[in-house]
Amino acid sequence: MQNPYLPYPVRIDQIITETEDKNLKTFKFVFLNPQDEAKYAYKAGQFGELSIPGKGEIPIGIASSPVEKGFVMFTVNKAGLVTNHLHNMKVGDVMGIRGPLGNWYPWEKLEGKNILIVGGGFAFTTLRSSIVYMLDPANRSKFGTIDVVYGARSPGMLLYKQELIEWEKRDDINMHITVDRTDDPDWKYNVGFVPPITEQKAPQGDENTYAIVCGPPIMIKFTQPVLEKLGYAHDHIIMSLENRMKCGFGMCGRCNIGKEFVCKDGPVFTLDQINMTPREY
Amino acid sequence: MKVLKIDKKDWAGGIQKAHKAYRLYGPVQVKDKGFSEFQALGPDAMPDMTATDTRLSPKSIAFPPQEVMMVFTTDENSELCNQMQVPQKDYAPRAIIGIRPYDAAAFLLVKKNFDTPEYRDPYWCDAYEACTFIGLAVNTPSALDFSTSTKSGPFDENGLDVLLVDTGNHYLAKILTDKGAAFAKSAAWETEAGAAGEKQIAELKASAEKQIRATVAFDNIQRQSIMSLYEADFWEEVAFACINCGTCTYVCPTCWCFDIQDETHAKCGKRMKTWDSCMYPLFTIHTTGHNPRGTKVQRVRQRFMHKLKYFLDKYEDGIMCVGCGRCIRSCPVNIDIRKVCDIMNSYSAGADTCALKK
Ligand SMILES: Cc1cc2nc3c(=O)[nH]c(=O)nc-3n(C[C@H](O)[C@H](O)[C@H](O)COP(=O)(O)OP(=O)(O)OC[C@H]3O[C@@H](n4cnc5c(N)ncnc54)[C@H](O)[C@@H]3O)c2cc1C
Ligand code: SF4
Ligand code: SF4
Ligand code: FES
Repeated sequence: MQNPYLPYPVRIDQIITETEDKNLKTFKFVFLNPQDEAKYAYKAGQFGELSIPGKGEIPIGIASSPVEKGFVMFTVNKAGLVTNHLHNMKVGDVMGIRGPLGNWYPWEKLEGKNILIVGGGFAFTTLRSSIVYMLDPANRSKFGTIDVVYGARSPGMLLYKQELIEWEKRDDINMHITVDRTDDPDWKYNVGFVPPITEQKAPQGDENTYAIVCGPPIMIKFTQPVLEKLGYAHDHIIMSLENRMKCGFGMCGRCNIGKEFVCKDGPVFTLDQINMTPREY
Repeated sequence: MKVLKIDKKDWAGGIQKAHKAYRLYGPVQVKDKGFSEFQALGPDAMPDMTATDTRLSPKSIAFPPQEVMMVFTTDENSELCNQMQVPQKDYAPRAIIGIRPYDAAAFLLVKKNFDTPEYRDPYWCDAYEACTFIGLAVNTPSALDFSTSTKSGPFDENGLDVLLVDTGNHYLAKILTDKGAAFAKSAAWETEAGAAGEKQIAELKASAEKQIRATVAFDNIQRQSIMSLYEADFWEEVAFACINCGTCTYVCPTCWCFDIQDETHAKCGKRMKTWDSCMYPLFTIHTTGHNPRGTKVQRVRQRFMHKLKYFLDKYEDGIMCVGCGRCIRSCPVNIDIRKVCDIMNSYSAGADTCALKK
């Protein structure tokens, strides 16, 4: 078994500033040793540890999709020590990534089902990975309807804008993009918080429909009753949790909620499962 | 299994011989401090076989308080700039002489965390696998010892390669594994004690076990749900006096939580694995400032729930405590895990515990 603490060396291949406040950047990495890419085979919903020697490591959801080859991509919010340092790095710099870590959205169970995705703020990263995965020509027929409610504070704060526009044009995915507010007279999409937009636009919940929800705690808090009202059972509401992490594979002991480790047994849980554990996240 | 007899006159000579094949660890009196610690023994040093207990457990032999996991350079002129390298480590055979049975049992519990079907912590596992455990039975258990209630006991053989029993003029050495036999050979322990030896061990064992008065039970904890114990009304009271010093977690042979920290000097750096503790707020604080275990009560509850409930449910193989009593002895405010275990085990959700108190 290989040393799970040892990061794969990667080179920063591209840096994209995503948002108008410049606090979110997407980093595309390529592996220095090409054979490492195969070892990094992941599923949508997993995360990695970005490792900057001398600064530390941070858990970040994998924003690229298993169907995209030749690179892995992460979108990082500037928040503290490691993320600030990363934001100052340049294309060509070498650092490390570990993973893939954690579980993933339950793709095996989701086959043949309708999918509702609800995302807010910069927690859209693994949801982007999931959408790209489902829309892949090899996969699209495996799923029923796909609805996406995605909200940000303002149009300039939406991630992956080019892709959002392309998805808007497609007829095999129903996009419901929303912003809290805007003074842009040309804004063609929704205005309002994610929970009310979900209530207006999302399909009814039933045995064959699953909701995947990622976002800031406040959004999750107000989205849950909406989904319940729409008829989503707790075992049909799938969420991705965050906790402070170090090892990322269940050994260092800090990220547990009850007997589950968010890093290893999660980060993906159904609301049903979360109801049975202490909410220490 | 074979029982050998070692005359105490020959003890030092055997240890000297074993020094040639093993790096030896054993209890050593810390000068002027009144306690002993497990240390690597120098070529002429002898383990202190009279030490009743060490202040810290021997867990550091496989889990040092600070361990270099990787080294790196941030020098951009180097081909290996920012690429982590695992340094050469010495995993030559080591033997821990005089480890108490409960401490050896603790290694087996900690192994569940560091050696899993999916991931293996190479630092802990390689060090552990290099070890031969030469245990020393506890003839006179301390008042705090409750190891017979856990998966251990004063003469328990779990996790040991040899069990030594002090009979006054002799040690009896019960050889439990091939590793143990190899050690005995290197120390030139050869005299067989025969059936008389076995009998003597059995007698001393019965006498030692009888001396242990403290017990804990967790049968009811096992039946309760996690949520009902978590939401129970006694945690404020349990945590009241705790000052969150973390001592209990450092002295404990079964606590394994750690942090990962980078250190750099000029352009050279190392990534370290260091002991951490669930008693500290920094253990879980998010970058946003939000802390899921931000209060003392939440942290104390985490320690006891982890040891006495989460671990029990997760592995279905007992609690994460071997009953050594160290946390009870070292706690500055006398928090006693036996009492907490009792409170948890007597709890029943819905029962009006307030009414009982009146
Ligand atoms: C599963 C998961 C997925 C995530 N996905 C994303 C994502 O896609 N995009 C995103 O932007 N964010 C994501 N996050 C959040 C992200 O991990 C944090 O914002 C990030 O760790 C902040 O790191 P920092 O170094 O900037 O912050 P800091 O708080 O400065 O932390 C610096 C480092 O030092 C440690 N540290 C900080 N203070 C101390 C201290 N006092 N003592 C010891 N160590 C300390 C931290 O653990 C960290 O390793 C995710 C988190 C999780 C758990
Ligand atoms: S040793 Fe006692 S006071 Fe210190 S953290 Fe542990 S229980 Fe609290
Ligand atoms: S919890 Fe206390 S009694 Fe139990 S093994 Fe740890 S230090 Fe010993
Ligand atoms: S991050 Fe170490 S146990 Fe989860």
